[in-house]
Amino acid sequence: MALKILVTAKRVEDPESRIRVRPDGSGIVTEGVSYKMNPFDEIAVEEGLRLKESHGGEVIVASIGGDAAQIELRAALAMGADRGVLLRHDGPLDPVVVSSLLAKVVEQERPDLVLLGKQSIDDDQNQVGQYLAARLGLPQGTFASKQESLESEAEQKKQPGVKLAADGKRIRVMREVDGGLETLDLALPAVVTVDLRLNRPRFASLPGIMKAKKKELKDVPAASLGVDLTPRVIIRRLAEPALRQGGVKVADVDELLQKLHQQAKVL
Amino acid sequence: MTSVLIVAEQAGGQLKKSSQSAVGAGQQLAARTGGALHVALLGKGLGAAAERLAATGATVHVAEHDALAHGIAEAAAPVIAQIARACGAAYVGAAATSGGKDVLPRAAALLDAAMASEVLAFAGDGDQVLFRRPMWAGNVVADVELTTPVKAFTIRPTEFAPAAPAAAPGEVKAVAVRVDEAALGTRFVALDEVSSERPELTDARRIIAGGRGTRGDFKEIEALADTMGAAVGASRAATDAGFAPADWQVGQTGKVVAPELYIAAGISGAIQHLAGMKGSKVIVAINKDPDAPVFQVADYGLVGDLFKVLPELRAKLSSR
Repeated sequence: MALKILVTAKRVEDPESRIRVRPDGSGIVTEGVSYKMNPFDEIAVEEGLRLKESHGGEVIVASIGGDAAQIELRAALAMGADRGVLLRHDGPLDPVVVSSLLAKVVEQERPDLVLLGKQSIDDDQNQVGQYLAARLGLPQGTFASKQESLESEAEQKKQPGVKLAADGKRIRVMREVDGGLETLDLALPAVVTVDLRLNRPRFASLPGIMKAKKKELKDVPAASLGVDLTPRVIIRRLAEPALRQGGVKVADVDELLQKLHQQAKVL
Repeated sequence: MTSVLIVAEQAGGQLKKSSQSAVGAGQQLAARTGGALHVALLGKGLGAAAERLAATGATVHVAEHDALAHGIAEAAAPVIAQIARACGAAYVGAAATSGGKDVLPRAAALLDAAMASEVLAFAGDGDQVLFRRPMWAGNVVADVELTTPVKAFTIRPTEFAPAAPAAAPGEVKAVAVRVDEAALGTRFVALDEVSSERPELTDARRIIAGGRGTRGDFKEIEALADTMGAAVGASRAATDAGFAPADWQVGQTGKVVAPELYIAAGISGAIQHLAGMKGSKVIVAINKDPDAPVFQVADYGLVGDLFKVLPELRAKLSSR
């Protein structure tokens, strides 16, 4: 019943970094920006590890990018993933290209489950998991979450939110949808994208970091996989959003009510 | 032929408000590219929604089938692709609801289409459409070109006016749906709807939202919301901490709202939260910290303890 799980680890700008647009609108200012694993992918890695710890199996982590992407792959290996695959590609990436490359990895590795972040926090597209599931003809469970809060006992015990059926052939996924939580049963193999409240990812331990250095990290040129790497989503211009002008400070509740009533006319 | 196909959503036979905005976006695109407007409506028991859609002048393709009852993406995406091919769609769009975000990329892949998510506006010239969309949690706005013959997109409903009625209603056509239910790997189990007497966040005219400053106590937020007939929202810090249910979260990764009045209480104003509410007509911020970033976007800021301010506000509103 052991599960073979593929997870993704994209290298993105640290969400704590201040993102500014270059004056000519051609890109963002990269000086002074630090990088880390996409926070949604960290949750996917964590979920993969919890499933492996509950049911046995293997967690393989994939990333697409240049040399630097090895840092995020090593970070996932340090958390506990078993081996990594770097799809080496230095050009721009879009969900069409990324999902086509990941589909090749799935065809080679034949995992029971693919876990990805629901979106990466740089382009915020929220498409790759859905494209991947379509290309592979697999069922999809997007925005995986759970009923229990991140303060619950189940979370303290690091139980997986994605539940494997007793026969090992299906999983039960709870999805965050507008207005509630939806539960789906998916036949394996399946593609699941994870939302924020599925789990709280672990930190890598020092022994984990040491062990990660010796784990297998396969280096595969993306161009060798027979995928058309031409980007189909092309950014023509970037700008900073128009800032909303702040208004006034009011002294007390009476002044606030008076302003809302007479000036803003929303009461 | 460059027709535009919008995938609409309904609940219990009622067309979703977000879909009205998506059809409005479709009207803009059809006018610009000179194409015909089509709308796809998938589900079971579709009721009056099809007539509502036809009133916009669009040709409405109605796909009724048991397998489409719960909006399962695996079942719905091939039907959307089938309708898109049949009407020669060059653009396929939907509202960026949880349903739209789930199914549209899957349909786009089946159509070899590239896609732009959470579109704020259509930029570019004439039929050279660029899709304006947020990136990096709303810190950046990008104009994006899609180079595939078929282009897919979801729109942010708060950024588009609802569809205008047309002089003559469009045609309503039934789609012959073929779904091999036995071959589907997805099985619907349950939907736990958060039932509430309050208005839905994305539809509400007024929203009272709480953050970390509530320290987990949303009672005053909820009481004021009920006095004002408002919906309740929360920051990500509050939902992550379990102070509030996940579906109350307003922000880039939660719900994007644009009510007439948004009251943020005990919310510092992280950019990702601001991205979800800055379209509101009037923003009020209540926070103990006079330097909280939320005051930079608020029309009216009140420095104070929400546990004192909110009860006073409620008492004075009740006695008006």
